Amino acid sequence: MLEIKNLHASIGGNEILRGIDLEVRPGEVHAIMGPNGSGKSTLAHILAGRPEYEVTQGSVLYKGLDLLEMAPEERAREGVFLAFQYPVEIPGVNTTYFLRTALNQVREHRGEAPVSAGEFLKIMREKMRMVDMDESFLKRSINEGFSGGEKKRNEILQMAVLEPGLMVLDETDSGLDIDALKIVADGVNKLRAPDRSFVVITHYQRLLNYIVPDVVHVLYQGRIVQSGGKELALELEERGYEEIRERVGINRPAMQV
Amino acid sequence: MPDNDLIVQEMSKEYKYGFHVDLETDAAPKGLSEEVICLISAKKQEPEFMLQWRLEAYRHWLTLKEPSWANVRFEPIDYQDIVYYSAPKSHAGGPKDLNEVDPAILEMYNKLGIPLEEQEILAGVAVDAVLDSVSVATTFRKKLEEMGVIFCSFSEAVRNHPDLVKHYLGSVVPPGDNFFAALNSAVFSDGSFVYVPKGVQCPMELSTYFRINAANTGQFERTLIIAEEGASVSYLEGCTAPMRDENQLHAAVVELVALDDAKIKYSTVQNWYPGDKDGKGGIYNFVTKRGLAKGRNAKISWTQVETGSAITWKYPSCVLMGDNSVGEFYSVALTNNHQQADTGTKMIHIGKNTRSTIVSKGISAGHGQNSYRGQVKVLKSAQGARNFSQCDSMLIGDLCGAHTFPYIDVKNSSAQLEHEATTSKIGEDQIFYLNQRGLSTEDAISMIVNGFCKQVLAELPMEFAVEAQKLLSVSLEGSVG
Repeated sequence: MLEIKNLHASIGGNEILRGIDLEVRPGEVHAIMGPNGSGKSTLAHILAGRPEYEVTQGSVLYKGLDLLEMAPEERAREGVFLAFQYPVEIPGVNTTYFLRTALNQVREHRGEAPVSAGEFLKIMREKMRMVDMDESFLKRSINEGFSGGEKKRNEILQMAVLEPGLMVLDETDSGLDIDALKIVADGVNKLRAPDRSFVVITHYQRLLNYIVPDVVHVLYQGRIVQSGGKELALELEERGYEEIRERVGINRPAMQV
Repeated sequence: MPDNDLIVQEMSKEYKYGFHVDLETDAAPKGLSEEVICLISAKKQEPEFMLQWRLEAYRHWLTLKEPSWANVRFEPIDYQDIVYYSAPKSHAGGPKDLNEVDPAILEMYNKLGIPLEEQEILAGVAVDAVLDSVSVATTFRKKLEEMGVIFCSFSEAVRNHPDLVKHYLGSVVPPGDNFFAALNSAVFSDGSFVYVPKGVQCPMELSTYFRINAANTGQFERTLIIAEEGASVSYLEGCTAPMRDENQLHAAVVELVALDDAKIKYSTVQNWYPGDKDGKGGIYNFVTKRGLAKGRNAKISWTQVETGSAITWKYPSCVLMGDNSVGEFYSVALTNNHQQADTGTKMIHIGKNTRSTIVSKGISAGHGQNSYRGQVKVLKSAQGARNFSQCDSMLIGDLCGAHTFPYIDVKNSSAQLEHEATTSKIGEDQIFYLNQRGLSTEDAISMIVNGFCKQVLAELPMEFAVEAQKLLSVSLEGSVG
């Protein structure tokens, strides 16, 4: 599904990713953990194609396609979805209208007929139940005046509507209370399928109680320094990132903190 | 006025030959003079009062100087190099079929979803019959007549309803109001006339679209709308499709008069030729629009979507004379490439408890320059006046400009005024967010811009709003590299 090899990337001349290797197979959920500034969000945005980041080395294949050669909207139409850590507000743009436009872009790309406004409303109502959103949401502008929790649920709703192949969740748990966290996790779990994969980026282990990962990676200073099963997340939670810092710092004296 | 009669006589003599030639070219010689004005008036078979009115305006115009305070730049206009009269075009000079029309214009028609027949009319193709629109127009006219509503061309009104015209013409925008209004008063070609009698709610949106011969009202358009006590009317001007037009200078005048409890809603979609990507060509749209809320509880509401023209220079205004009268101005002005716009409104509060609302959205892209200029004036008599103004500007790219010039002049201490203004660059993160959901950058920008303008678009009648949305998208094309 996703194959990242020796990925190096920088922003404004600062190297943030320093050689990432990652393989995610269909149906798998990979968690990426790490302290602040380790490059987690950078990785998420590079997968989505954010233009500010410069990839200096390496390759990213998604379903065999060279992702780095594709424009952000082409990646999205192929099924790469990023749930943003800070979803932006777009005043005056109706959420239903926007999502239908997005879905029809994806469908057009797949050679499918566009969905009508009526059909789409049915899809929306069904998916909204999944993330516990009420009717008024249909009429609101994209994220405008939404609470933090509503914004995150909106991301999951969009994911559910667009039915992507690779879902990257960038700290979706940040700023959520436990009820909202459960709703979001529920939504994600319902979307799990043998032909879909997830990259879940998180700072805390808490989310992984609800979205149980197949593999956990620790990202530190732009590299994956440790990988393991779901128990790795628990270990990290217990011992904190300090331990990693020390261990990596000792083992790799060449790396600068 | 024997002198003028003489002139008319002389002119009609002289132009007998001229007419003969003109029947082929159907136009007066270039330049402006009393002779030309007499010719215009004679050609239109106008009553004497109209000719005198024009001549007075012309003489006043001669004493005026072209104003230079607007934040726009253009080469000096040679007023003697303009043809001030050409008969309603017979399509003779137009393209024979759509194959002869500029492909860029056709592409735009297609993007706006305009049916082929309408494309032909808009592009000025010589069609034998104006298809359904003639019968549609006739049907509408009958219905309006039954209710006592007069809706006709200005020339017809001058001939058939001279008393009404005489009474109201120039009562809101006097001929000497400003340089371009004076010019228009002297030479206006045609336009629309609407009269809604007491207590009548006009049953349909009145649109130039449904008026026969409306397609070629010419460059000096004159419109007068009168709503008697308790009457209401909604008028749509313009069209979202760009019309073929060789005239560079457009100086229209629109006057609205609303008596007690009357409501006039005037919506404009202006999409004249904006010039090419390098700023060559394009229409100068210098317009004077003003509404007089003359009676108690009268309401004047302007909505405009200005996307065309090389230069737009206009301030649809409201004179709130009646107590409790209401003025509204909702505006979207978009400038792309090298377009310039200096537009806004004036709200003059005279009566007690008068209220006004201004919502202006300016979008600048490419090298476009966009200025909001607005005045809120509260006179001493306007006890309890209120105004709310909101001016938002959006910039797309680094080469464009947005400017705001609010003028506030309050002479009554009980007045309450609020002014909000914002300027923002279109957000890279907003565009990326929409990209990430599968929308191209162009679609993303158009969606964001439409959202930005929503408050104004919501004021337009439904079908118009949909067209205006598409128009904004099309007008923004090429605004990102």
